[in-house]
Amino acid sequence: MAEGLYTKRFDGRTFEECRPMTAKVGVVPSADGSASFETGDTKAIAVVRGPRTLHPQHMQNPRTGILRVSYGMMPFSVWDRIRPGPSRRSEEIGKVSEWALSSVVDLSGFPNTVVDVFIQIPKADAGTRVAGLNAAAMALAHAGLPMKEMLSAIAAGKADKTLLVDVDKAEEDFHDGEGATDIPLAITSRSKEIALLQLDGKISPEELTTSIEMAKKACDDILKVQMEALKNAGVQNG
Amino acid sequence: MGEYVMPNLQREKIEEYLDEAGKRLDGRNANEHRVIIVEDDISPAAASAIRVKVGKTEVLCGVHLAPTTPYPDSPDEGTFMTGVELHPMASQQFDIGRPKINAIELGRVVDRGIRESGFIDFKGLCIEKGEKVWQVFVDIIAINDDGNLLDVSGIAALIALGRARMPVYNEEEGRAEHEFTTNGIPLNKKAMSLNMTFHQVGKTIVTDVSKEEEHISKFRVSIAIGDNDGKPRITAMQKGKAGTINVTAMQDVLKSAEETWKELFPKIKEYAFN
Repeated sequence: MAEGLYTKRFDGRTFEECRPMTAKVGVVPSADGSASFETGDTKAIAVVRGPRTLHPQHMQNPRTGILRVSYGMMPFSVWDRIRPGPSRRSEEIGKVSEWALSSVVDLSGFPNTVVDVFIQIPKADAGTRVAGLNAAAMALAHAGLPMKEMLSAIAAGKADKTLLVDVDKAEEDFHDGEGATDIPLAITSRSKEIALLQLDGKISPEELTTSIEMAKKACDDILKVQMEALKNAGVQNG
Repeated sequence: MGEYVMPNLQREKIEEYLDEAGKRLDGRNANEHRVIIVEDDISPAAASAIRVKVGKTEVLCGVHLAPTTPYPDSPDEGTFMTGVELHPMASQQFDIGRPKINAIELGRVVDRGIRESGFIDFKGLCIEKGEKVWQVFVDIIAINDDGNLLDVSGIAALIALGRARMPVYNEEEGRAEHEFTTNGIPLNKKAMSLNMTFHQVGKTIVTDVSKEEEHISKFRVSIAIGDNDGKPRITAMQKGKAGTINVTAMQDVLKSAEETWKELFPKIKEYAFN
């Protein structure tokens, strides 16, 4: 495994190991559902509001409720201040997250409504969209919405020739040899299917197959953390 | 997005209880502030980033410093900007998109309270006269609205500024390194001024309103008060909402303001500087 230029991770993890994770449910009391998910120095807060009537009316779907996801990084989450408000990057991440979550949530019982999911990143050390998805899936479950399955997400990747999971910023910026490859993936909890997939970098089809397997394993660990937080929700808030 | 809906019965109950018993539905006295909780280290990439909870109202506040060119009319002074985002995550009533008037007013009241008090030492933020100065950003994001976001945002801004560290400056490239010194940012600590907002609910002047009280109040007055050798000194004010203030109410507001300030100001100073 540890051939090439990246033989030991900067923070001492094994290549299959995620950063320390913390998950909480019910972090925003006024919301219908909320959760936070933290891995190392990356944290996401997700808030669910709805189902509520969708306006304008012509956007309503009489057969099902609609999921609407927005994603944003807080201005102080990274070294160079981010201007508040939507950007091309945040809009795209919101959309791919929306597709991923739509595949597990079932809103057919709520025709003509919208369910809003707001994902916000207070601190970022890479992997913000997957942390956002982990928090969002928990927030949807916390809101009591019908879900076919849970969803867990991880950024698999490659630094030079070494495959790894839960890529941090230093690894994302790895320039030596073959450089860095970043593969955010979301995996459904029971059928183990891929609900989100993006990739940038350089990787062979064989390596990609291995990466997906590594991501699935990591998602099993993440799922445990998510489920534990959801189970504790009653205790924490009651 | 959604209108805030409240039954008339609830409104009457709140007003009656206040006017007759001087108490609020959560058990507080009219002039009683909720407990303030401050947490550190929300983001390691910011000069400071904190979470402030007042009851169930919660904001995150971060301070960023970046080198910039000064304004021509003040070549040796740094610049300062406050941004408040009333994110829809915090309340059913907030929309996504460009800041609406309530977020703009909130940001401006917080900004004025800090800027006009002289709390920030703008000359101390000068790197090279006419060429480079530090720009200070204070970003406030509402996480949960349970009333009085105005004061909670102001408190968060003061504490975050008090705790902010100067970045390491790279002179050759004219930019900030991804590293902080142990020094705080240049502040006139003595000039710090605390913004407090008072609402008239029923006939009573109320401190640190809940969301329901905020919704039914007749008017609000925000008062920023600083320390003038142990005595309160007003540095900024703003009246909000359409109701009018009579002489008695104004006296009540000033009395409440003085009491609240005496109790709160030392606590905020403690949070900001220790």
